[in-house]
Amino acid sequence: MKKLGEILASHQPFSEIVIGNAAIARAMLEAGVRVVTSYPGSPTPEIAEALNALPKESQPPYFEFSVNEKVATEVAVGASVNGHLSCTFFKSVGLNVAADTFVQLGLMELIGGMVILLGDDPGANSSQNEQDNRHYARLAYIPVFEPANAQEAYEMFKEAAALSQKRRMPVIVRLTTHVCHAKAKVRFQGWQPRPLDNTPRFDVKNGPYIPISASVFPLKRRALEKLSDVAAYADASSFNAMTDFQNGRRGVITMGAPFLSLMDALEDVTAKPDILKLGIIHPLAKEKTLAFLRQHEEVKILEELDDVLEREIKALAFEHGLPVRIIGKKDIDDWLGEYTPDKVAQVLYKTWPDLLAKDEAKGAPVASRAPRPPQLCPGCGHRSAFYAVKQALKESDITVADIGCHTLGFLPPHQMGQILLCMGHSSATASGLSLFNQERRVVAFLGDSTFFHAGIPGIINAVFNRHNLLLIIMENGTTAMTGHQDHPGVGKNANGATDAIPLRRVLDALGVTNIREVDAYQQSKLRSLVEEALLESGFKVIIAKHPCMLKLTKEMRRRGQFRGRRVTIAPTCDQQHACIAAFACPTFQRTADRQVSAHQDLCIGDGSCLQTCPTHAILAPSDSAAKGGASHD
Amino acid sequence: MTEHKFDIYITGVGGQGIGLFSEALIRAADHAGLVVGGVDTHGLAQRGGAVVSHVRIGPAYSPLIRRGCADLAISLESYEALRALQEYLADAKTLLYYDVRWQPLSVRLGKESPLTDDFIRQECLRRNIREIRVAPESLTDSRMQNTVLLGYLAKEALIPGVKLQHYEAALNDLMQGSMLEQNLALLQKIASA
Repeated sequence: MKKLGEILASHQPFSEIVIGNAAIARAMLEAGVRVVTSYPGSPTPEIAEALNALPKESQPPYFEFSVNEKVATEVAVGASVNGHLSCTFFKSVGLNVAADTFVQLGLMELIGGMVILLGDDPGANSSQNEQDNRHYARLAYIPVFEPANAQEAYEMFKEAAALSQKRRMPVIVRLTTHVCHAKAKVRFQGWQPRPLDNTPRFDVKNGPYIPISASVFPLKRRALEKLSDVAAYADASSFNAMTDFQNGRRGVITMGAPFLSLMDALEDVTAKPDILKLGIIHPLAKEKTLAFLRQHEEVKILEELDDVLEREIKALAFEHGLPVRIIGKKDIDDWLGEYTPDKVAQVLYKTWPDLLAKDEAKGAPVASRAPRPPQLCPGCGHRSAFYAVKQALKESDITVADIGCHTLGFLPPHQMGQILLCMGHSSATASGLSLFNQERRVVAFLGDSTFFHAGIPGIINAVFNRHNLLLIIMENGTTAMTGHQDHPGVGKNANGATDAIPLRRVLDALGVTNIREVDAYQQSKLRSLVEEALLESGFKVIIAKHPCMLKLTKEMRRRGQFRGRRVTIAPTCDQQHACIAAFACPTFQRTADRQVSAHQDLCIGDGSCLQTCPTHAILAPSDSAAKGGASHD
Repeated sequence: MTEHKFDIYITGVGGQGIGLFSEALIRAADHAGLVVGGVDTHGLAQRGGAVVSHVRIGPAYSPLIRRGCADLAISLESYEALRALQEYLADAKTLLYYDVRWQPLSVRLGKESPLTDDFIRQECLRRNIREIRVAPESLTDSRMQNTVLLGYLAKEALIPGVKLQHYEAALNDLMQGSMLEQNLALLQKIASA
């Protein structure tokens, strides 16, 4: 068996099939990164997995999952101003959380260097929006590299780290979902670990590090000067390269994964447009761009998400009085979704209808039946909780969702959670919903990792300002949605044992006085606690606890302790379908003639469904033999 | 570099081990000396949503296959097999699927009718697609269903240039101990049946 960590730590040059995120971990070793911080969020957590797999003797960077993205950024900044090359990474919307810190970074002399890895998510594969973080880079005067595949991710990270160290400035490497996860054989260079230098080099002489009033302007000037230098560097960089098809008429300027889609979409085209692929996408390599604009009559700006590049290039052409026709986005569709090969073919067809055959541009989209949205796993405590909570609520009550697995409760049949903004918003949004509102009771949900991440201020506010709502904290003991990372309530961090910070004690200390706790599997108790709490005024909290069963069963399987147990359906089943239609564990399957069975591969035998059957026809695994239950699959 | 492109579209449900399956395919193609790449598009699929993996052999750029252009569709589950067939498989190509059914929510809620045995077959006939349906068999671990499909890939030589020894080498890269032994034995049994 190949061990990823050992392979990635090899001193010899090698080639290996890896995803982009794993290639980045090797690049960190070669670049000499000392400190890496993160908060888990798709598409980036596999970077942490690869780092954690590195053997100790390879001197991997110090790594931590910080409490949230803002804290992660700050820890990385602290390391950098002390002389260590650092890196922080998180998902697209994580930058919103980090933004208050992030926008200051361009002003700082980061003597050790610092790379910010952003996992943007065009197509909103696993995010609440598809925000284009290139806007933030412009806002904060920070350069951006954008790789198209795993090979480039590896090479660009090293280049970004070197640039960052040399110019003592933050540098962004912007990844997108299908660059993070794309698998390919990557050629890695040889590498020898350097001796570690732990000297604390923080010195105010490298500053000033206090941006107050007048000192802001020299810092801003310096940030702009650095950025202007990087523009010249971008002009010289081979990451900004032209693919020459000898087409004097048409050209395309693009970047990242859309470049790959473009090459596929042009596969059968004979008169291919020339392509300028930008690898350093901010600041713009002006000379290279101008040369490309001068060489063509028409240039299409092919960019995923927003029109950042289009505006800049149009302004540049205007400034230089160029006759070239620049074609940007044609309609709102061009702003939406990932630029897959199919999407790029559509965009090209709108741009140059003669270039592609219409069929070629369409792809073959067939609407298929029975969509399969993600759902709560068999045995999930959230399902049990939603089932009980729903019974305690009136149709007119308002439920506020937060981020995490429990967000999936918004789907039928539970439909718990009717509004969602971002991590930790629920208590405060629910507080606002409760104002002037005597008729409709307001219930907010919050996960435990999110509680620590951004949930606490909204709770303090609810206590401080005496808001009237019920907060149900769904505590499953992990950061489940992103792959079971530990959080501060667990007693473990990315490096081993640590002191647990029990959620209940935090609530007590914050002055929350109305708190109830229950195991999420105790449905009737939870239901009556919710009914009771909703009769009281003020800020109430119910902690509905059950360990993440996916995590638990995975660990049991790893240890060889998992026994295939499952519930069975007794012949007394009279097909009321509460298990399927109201409880909705994916285990329950129905035949065309309405019979119910428990799925052999899905049921984990947890029994949280037993209470839902009005005729007690769901038999627990140990009862099955005794009562003669049968399975119908 | 291989001359011809061969695109494989793989589907399943979160939890079926599609990531390991596609990794095995990619590694097998690599062991066969082919240029290969791909991507898993999982999103939130760990929670029982549809999972897709694209594997591209030959001179491709994007890791993503175009709709209606796959040379081979493989599914670990029947509803997803139908989806792969309708959305990604080209006419007159091959569909290989393991016939277990994890009903989607709309079927469990009774809003859509369950898939009938005949439906996929008729669709394949209509589009001149070779249908290879693998009937479920009793396995010690349901995740070994994936290995059964690898066995069919080897037995029927469904991926040009990739042979049994390459699938074996791929499993050797990915597993060890008794898990490796069990999977190799199953692979060889199916491939030589």
